[in-house]
Amino acid sequence: MPTMTYLQAISSALRDELRADERVLVMGEDIGVFGGAFKVTDGFVDEFGSDRVMDTPLAESAIIGCAIGAAVVGLRPVCEMQFSDFISCGFDQLVNVAGKMHYRQGLAVPLVVRLPSGGGFSGGPFHSQNPEAWFMHAPGIKVVAPSTAADAKGLLHAAIHDPNPVCFMEHKHLYRRVKGEVPAGIYETPFTARVVQEGTDLVVIAYGAMVDVAVEAASGLDDASIEVLDLRSLVPLDEDAILASVARCSKVVIVDEANATCAAGAQVAALIAEKGFEDLDGPVVRVATPDVPIPFSPPLEQAVLPNVERVREACRELLAY
Amino acid sequence: MATHMVEPAAGAVEHLKLEDRIWLLRAMLLMRGLEERAMTLYRQGKVPGSFYDGFGQEAVSAGAAFAMAPQDRLCILHRDLAAHIIRGVTPARILGQYMGRATGITRGRDGNVHFGARELGCVGMVSMLPDMMLVATGMAMAFKLRGEPRCALTWFGDGSTSRGDFHEAMNWAGVQKLPVVFVLENNQYAYSTPLDKQFAVDPVERAAAYGFVGVKVDGNDAEAMFEAARSARQRALAGDGPTLIEAVTMRMHGHAAHDDMKYVPKEQVEEWRKRDPIDLQESRLRDLGVDVDALRAEVTAEIDAAAAEALEAPMPDPANVTADVFCEGVAEPLGDGVARWSGFLSTAASGTTGGDA
Repeated sequence: MPTMTYLQAISSALRDELRADERVLVMGEDIGVFGGAFKVTDGFVDEFGSDRVMDTPLAESAIIGCAIGAAVVGLRPVCEMQFSDFISCGFDQLVNVAGKMHYRQGLAVPLVVRLPSGGGFSGGPFHSQNPEAWFMHAPGIKVVAPSTAADAKGLLHAAIHDPNPVCFMEHKHLYRRVKGEVPAGIYETPFTARVVQEGTDLVVIAYGAMVDVAVEAASGLDDASIEVLDLRSLVPLDEDAILASVARCSKVVIVDEANATCAAGAQVAALIAEKGFEDLDGPVVRVATPDVPIPFSPPLEQAVLPNVERVREACRELLAY
Repeated sequence: MATHMVEPAAGAVEHLKLEDRIWLLRAMLLMRGLEERAMTLYRQGKVPGSFYDGFGQEAVSAGAAFAMAPQDRLCILHRDLAAHIIRGVTPARILGQYMGRATGITRGRDGNVHFGARELGCVGMVSMLPDMMLVATGMAMAFKLRGEPRCALTWFGDGSTSRGDFHEAMNWAGVQKLPVVFVLENNQYAYSTPLDKQFAVDPVERAAAYGFVGVKVDGNDAEAMFEAARSARQRALAGDGPTLIEAVTMRMHGHAAHDDMKYVPKEQVEEWRKRDPIDLQESRLRDLGVDVDALRAEVTAEIDAAAAEALEAPMPDPANVTADVFCEGVAEPLGDGVARWSGFLSTAASGTTGGDA
């Protein structure tokens, strides 16, 4: 099994799909000759041509809107937002046109929007956001967020094969930092949660870049048995897996890199309050970014983003409850 | 790139047989009659929500849709009911749609003219009207990439020209020379806002700014609209890119049923009443000896039957209200519409796809 970085796994999924299915095309700003701001599509234009690796005008609403049109007449567009932050300019097309299409008129929109997201590198307020919860709140859109190279490839294959609009949250901080074995060829990772490590005393529920933070935090708590659950998919949310972890561990810490209010973790907490209350042996604890724009300067950014120490401290306190 | 005004019916008659010209009138009569019936149902409390119509604008949708082939794809707006009729949506389903019945095109999930019959190659509008310009542009992009002889057409209003999606669609379509037809339905008011508060230039001139042809047409002349759309389609299929058709017309009713249109000078309405699109087409056909009264009677009977059928149709079952948010199984493709124009019967321009799977 080859070893790839998270970024290489995403590239590999796109390349495999472009080779296997002539309906697939990738479109976005500077993705052709330049190969994309993060080089995910580096070299693609030479193999697949500029029709299928399409440099678009600098217009996010147009990227999403045209992709919707292409999707409903049989193509399988994969759009790249240069940074997930810019999806705000394409929000209307995604939420109002794509998300509501099937419910209203039975017309599927097989569309993937890749959203390079997350902070930790002084990107500032407009290049560091985690906008996944905006789309969890909009009916008709699936949202996935891989934390490993293997899941990045498998979830992207599954997203491209899915007949619905899918937001693929790829965390920029993982691009070159995370490496792992990746199965060869095309395979689908299901839109379900994954138990990263089993435990009995406390479960840390996380997704995306926060999964590694959770694992590292747990490694410093040798006297406790910590489970880590990687959600992988936010819509659909794997309620069974979440409630099973709660039943096993009775104590829960939920970690979001996103701003705390109405975040994915808030939805998980609400689910546990509604359906897992009897299994709890302590309050549901959340670690998330406070409700501020992501600041630029390193000490400010580090002060708001969840980190290993904050998660570990939250676990310690809850274990002692 | 110059814009030009198509003379009423110039060039149209040579492409329209008598049966076509009758069909244009028939589509407009059906649109007006169905909307009048829906308005009555609204006043009786049988149409929930609000009610919008295209009274006085029937030629804009009838003429343009008539020039579209089965394999073409349409995004139809809320004052364009004649396009749905031409495409093949039955009057009973249209009235069922207005009344929120299970038999309506969206099965009660969306209201009034917010629909697109998937099986007839139409993508339903959203209320952010110029959004559909991008969807049409994207469909055209796919046609061009696959080398298919097809085009996409969408309507939008004078208010839409102020939104960013108008610009983004016109720009993209111009850059890639896409086979798309943009019909700007200039009905003088966006809700209550008149043209001089909407743009500082003649909107048809904007086509040149994006690198393609803009055509200003008498939007109350169905045959002129047909000719403009036919030429635009021809340009699209020849690889000559998009066309902006500005259809100059007048919204004769309020924005919706609640709107008394106090902001519109009475003289303006009276002036446009003399230019009614149905009167124009009727007088042409009467001059040719067509029995228009018989056609009117036929259309009224069709609407009566449709209303009776729609009133009998069941309301949707709330048990299914959360179903179909996602496509769970095999996606149903866009199908092909009905082509009414006799020109499609004899030319290779027409064709069917069997669906956009």
